Amino acid sequence: MSKREIDDHSGVETTGHEWDGIKELNHPLPKWWLYILYGSIIWSFGYWVAYPAWPTLNSYTHGILKNSDRARVTTEVAALKSARAPMFAKMQATPIEQVKSNEELFQFAQEAGKSTFNDNCATCHGAGGQGNKGFPSLVDDVWIWDGTYEGIRQTINFGIRSGHDQARISAMPAFGRDGMLDAGQAGDVTEYVMSLSKMADANAGKAARGAAVYAANCVVCHGATGAGDAAQGAPNLTDAEWLYGGSRADIAAQIHNGRGGVMPAWSAKLDAETVTALTVYVHSLGGGK
Amino acid sequence: MLLKNHGIFERHSLILTLGIVLVVSIGGLIEIAPMFKIESTIEEVDGVRPYTPLELVGRNVYVREGCYTCHSQMIRSLRDEVERYGHYSLAAESMYDHPFQWGSKRTGPDLARVGGKYSDAWQVDHLADPRSVVPESVMPPYEFLKHKVVSADHIGDHLMANVRVGVPYTQGAIDSAAADLMAQADPMADSSGLQSRYGGKVNARDFDGDAAKVTEMDALVAYLQVLGTMVDFTTYKPETADNLR
Repeated sequence: MSKREIDDHSGVETTGHEWDGIKELNHPLPKWWLYILYGSIIWSFGYWVAYPAWPTLNSYTHGILKNSDRARVTTEVAALKSARAPMFAKMQATPIEQVKSNEELFQFAQEAGKSTFNDNCATCHGAGGQGNKGFPSLVDDVWIWDGTYEGIRQTINFGIRSGHDQARISAMPAFGRDGMLDAGQAGDVTEYVMSLSKMADANAGKAARGAAVYAANCVVCHGATGAGDAAQGAPNLTDAEWLYGGSRADIAAQIHNGRGGVMPAWSAKLDAETVTALTVYVHSLGGGK
Repeated sequence: MLLKNHGIFERHSLILTLGIVLVVSIGGLIEIAPMFKIESTIEEVDGVRPYTPLELVGRNVYVREGCYTCHSQMIRSLRDEVERYGHYSLAAESMYDHPFQWGSKRTGPDLARVGGKYSDAWQVDHLADPRSVVPESVMPPYEFLKHKVVSADHIGDHLMANVRVGVPYTQGAIDSAAADLMAQADPMADSSGLQSRYGGKVNARDFDGDAAKVTEMDALVAYLQVLGTMVDFTTYKPETADNLR
């Protein structure tokens, strides 16, 4: 029953198997395919020897190449760091206000700052720093907190209401929600705030009543003229920039809820040189002080 | 020899059975034996703790909504990833994940170290309406999470199930799971018990901006805010022979 023969009908050799008169034609795998298979098997032996492969009782075979992804990435990151080190050192040694006037340093800081910004800051502040509702725009010259170089550096390092010891902290009371103002007073002061930034649709009568409410509750932080106070993160109310929106409803909602955003502290995530570059970049975006 | 004489296997069922058992046990051995040694692949680190009940609920939301299909939680040991996301992921960081959420596709960014990177308010805004803060995003909105109230009914059982697969929750943690769940999302609650069980670093606050109820948004944000923040890298020694691999 194991007899190879040439099948009459197809002219192909049979495998010699026969079951109840049924024979099997022999179509072997192509030789090139077979040799690649054998070659791969032989290759795997080389791989076992060269690379980490087999588990042992307490460890594993490390391979003669001693390959370690973690060692390699550590070396690569260190190489990157040392390649940047001379420029970073120069930048750190230069007073930050003068970085801008040194073309080479400024360009370096811009590039380093921009890539750091895109990886970490753009998520909230927008791809070009244009901001979003609740997340301040960085492309204008309006600063809720200190917009000087050192002020920006401090904000990046320690954040705002971030829980860090040195974070910038202030909290606007929730005048409406916590019952500090009744609905009438809140409505009046909303109109007054609108009149501060010269909105045409502010109700003059209500605004006039709101002035007294403002004087009693808001002046301490936002100032008598509504110009704000960067030292305590109180926004300027006389301009057209609104963190939480500038419609009547938005302003009323802010007086009601007194929201305050959180910015995380970055000092633990970014090294001091990167923060300097980022500070220079952010300062250059719109108009640092 | 076997190539020529395979008829032996084909004609004797017992020999065929023995052959099958032999081949399957080789394959099985290679796949199963390393599982008994998996402990040795986990780095020794300080700081990694089991998830709090609220984080665990958030993690369930993460799995249920299929976040892992677009977000990985695995910073590979490649230079550019380390530059962008921070220290490469350690095995120890997912040792209490059942199942792990390493993922295999990044339509969105890696989330292994997203904890603490953005504010709660941003996370809530972004989950509710991704394009309101990231115009180019293709992420679906998860606004409904704000309205789904978390039930603490079976959270103790859930911790128990994790204990069965090796997560070291204490009996105390299981007994007070429901209370811990509620306390972590309530800024007015006494969180001392929560801190004694899960460490002083545990985030306890109102995560979703709605202190009145504990929602799945609270849970998911609590989970996201703890990702990648547990390991104390000041005491981790990446250069030791055991940790280089």
